[in-house]
Amino acid sequence: MSGATFLQNLFNGLMFGGLYALLAVGYTMVYGILRLINFAHGDIMMMGVYFAFYASLAGAPLWLSVLIGIFGAAFLGFLIDRVAYKPLRNAPRISALITAIGMSFFLESIAVVVFGAVPKSFTAVFNENNKWLLDKTWNIGGARIPVLTFIVFLITALIFMLLFWIVYRTKIGMAMRAISSDIPTTSLMGINVDMVIGFTFALGSAMAAAGGIMWAMRYPNVFPYMGFMPGLKAFIAAVLGGIGSIPGAVVGGFLLGLLEIFLVALMPSAAGYRDAFAFIILIVILLIKPDGLLGKKSVVKV
Amino acid sequence: MQKQNDIVLEIKNLNIFYGAIHAVKGISIKVPKGKIVTLIGANGAGKTSTLSAIAGMVKPKEGEIIYKNNNIAGKSPHEINRMGIALVPEGRRIFPNLTVYENLMMGAFNRKDKEEIERDLNWVYNLFPRLKERLKQLGGTLSGGEQQMLAISRALMSRPDVIMMDEPSLGLAPVLVSEVFDIIKVINENGGTILLVEQNAAQALKISHYGYVLETGNIILENNSDLLLKDENVQKAYLGMA
Ligand SMILES: Nc1ncnc2c1ncn2[C@@H]1O[C@H](COP(=O)(O)OP(=O)(O)O)[C@@H](O)[C@H]1O
Ligand SMILES: [Mg+2]
Repeated sequence: MSGATFLQNLFNGLMFGGLYALLAVGYTMVYGILRLINFAHGDIMMMGVYFAFYASLAGAPLWLSVLIGIFGAAFLGFLIDRVAYKPLRNAPRISALITAIGMSFFLESIAVVVFGAVPKSFTAVFNENNKWLLDKTWNIGGARIPVLTFIVFLITALIFMLLFWIVYRTKIGMAMRAISSDIPTTSLMGINVDMVIGFTFALGSAMAAAGGIMWAMRYPNVFPYMGFMPGLKAFIAAVLGGIGSIPGAVVGGFLLGLLEIFLVALMPSAAGYRDAFAFIILIVILLIKPDGLLGKKSVVKV
Repeated sequence: MQKQNDIVLEIKNLNIFYGAIHAVKGISIKVPKGKIVTLIGANGAGKTSTLSAIAGMVKPKEGEIIYKNNNIAGKSPHEINRMGIALVPEGRRIFPNLTVYENLMMGAFNRKDKEEIERDLNWVYNLFPRLKERLKQLGGTLSGGEQQMLAISRALMSRPDVIMMDEPSLGLAPVLVSEVFDIIKVINENGGTILLVEQNAAQALKISHYGYVLETGNIILENNSDLLLKDENVQKAYLGMA
């Protein structure tokens, strides 16, 4: 691998990894609090991308479309928790899990009905003023890297800084961490636990939408099932990093993105197996280190 | 009987069920302002259930919980805490993944009065100097005694009008047991109204003003604590005297 190719792959891997990480955090936060795998998470991302797409079509400038996509997804995530998961808080965990799978199908079907099954091109959000985002490249060490790649990476990094600030430096973040260890006692502190859980869903969904929108800028195919594979990959990334651990989800996401890209780069003939590769990683990690890279030893609650 | 005036918290005919199990069978309790009232009884008598109902953790099937002239039965735990009732739960329930300082701030979660919070922090540091040395440590790394002190401090940080404690001396070494009871007395001398649940009847009755004896969901005896201490039945059943 030449230096230039290596750099090319590195930046690609970091970008992909960042997107996986953005999605993975949502899985891990919800799991950390409710021990629920929110299978609809990738579909919430898809919805956010559609929101941004249609906002743009309706004439909103790019920045506003992006915000509409992000806040729309946040509200959707909050709403889904309220109507679908909250009534099941005291039900057996399997009920919520099945509901999550149902919610995933539901969102995909709604998208087919409302937005149509035919893929749309996200490039429609760009106009004369900001088309350069797509075309411009920088020459780095002989590699031509799209400027968008850097922007995606930078924004991803900023989002994670914001996330860590919220979780570790604000009161609502403290409440989120408290809930992840003890919901009843958190409510004894005068904290409305359902609001905090709703906020967690909103935050995770907003990050997923941000990731999805940046993804769609690079790979402009918008369709109702677009959330499926990234959602699955991000789930694998969350398990890889240790589900329930936010730093774990970030590390797992970047690691999975880099591994995938370099696998294909080193073995071009294996390119078609890229998705299968992610599942191999999942199986291996479940076999040799089920708690993930940064996960705590799982304790069986008595 | 206790005097009617200045009752902050009154439970009337409280009934609690867990499915078919009738855990608390129509008990009535009064907690006057500024006093320590204790609820003693053996394991399984219904002490925790009673406190849980007051705190909103379990919904009573029947009965009233009158706090400052409102019936709060059936309200959610966070509403009840915001009204001024704090619970030091059985088993301490420290947040193990939060620092000692964060655990204290969890107690003060809904308060906005920064200066007063600072004052209360200094007060609990004064009560429990050991906590101050461990502010940055995770709650889960504290010893059992330290966790109990943190649990009491955390409750104090909400500046409650009534503080309920569920077996604060449970599982502690004898030296620490005395320390905990001393602290409860100090909190009361500083104006705290306390509803104390204990199996350690001797110590609880020594520091409290009034006591109720709970047996399998019924109150079988109530009186001023000094009189209960002298009661023959109490001595036999709860103070280990023949
Ligand atoms: N969550 C529960 N589910 C079923 N039964 C319970 C539950 N909590 C307590 N009980 C029962 O209610 C009775 C009173 O328990 P509890 O209030 O914990 O007593 P104490 O605190 O005095 O030891 C016991 O018989 C106990 O087994
Ligand atoms: Mg108990």
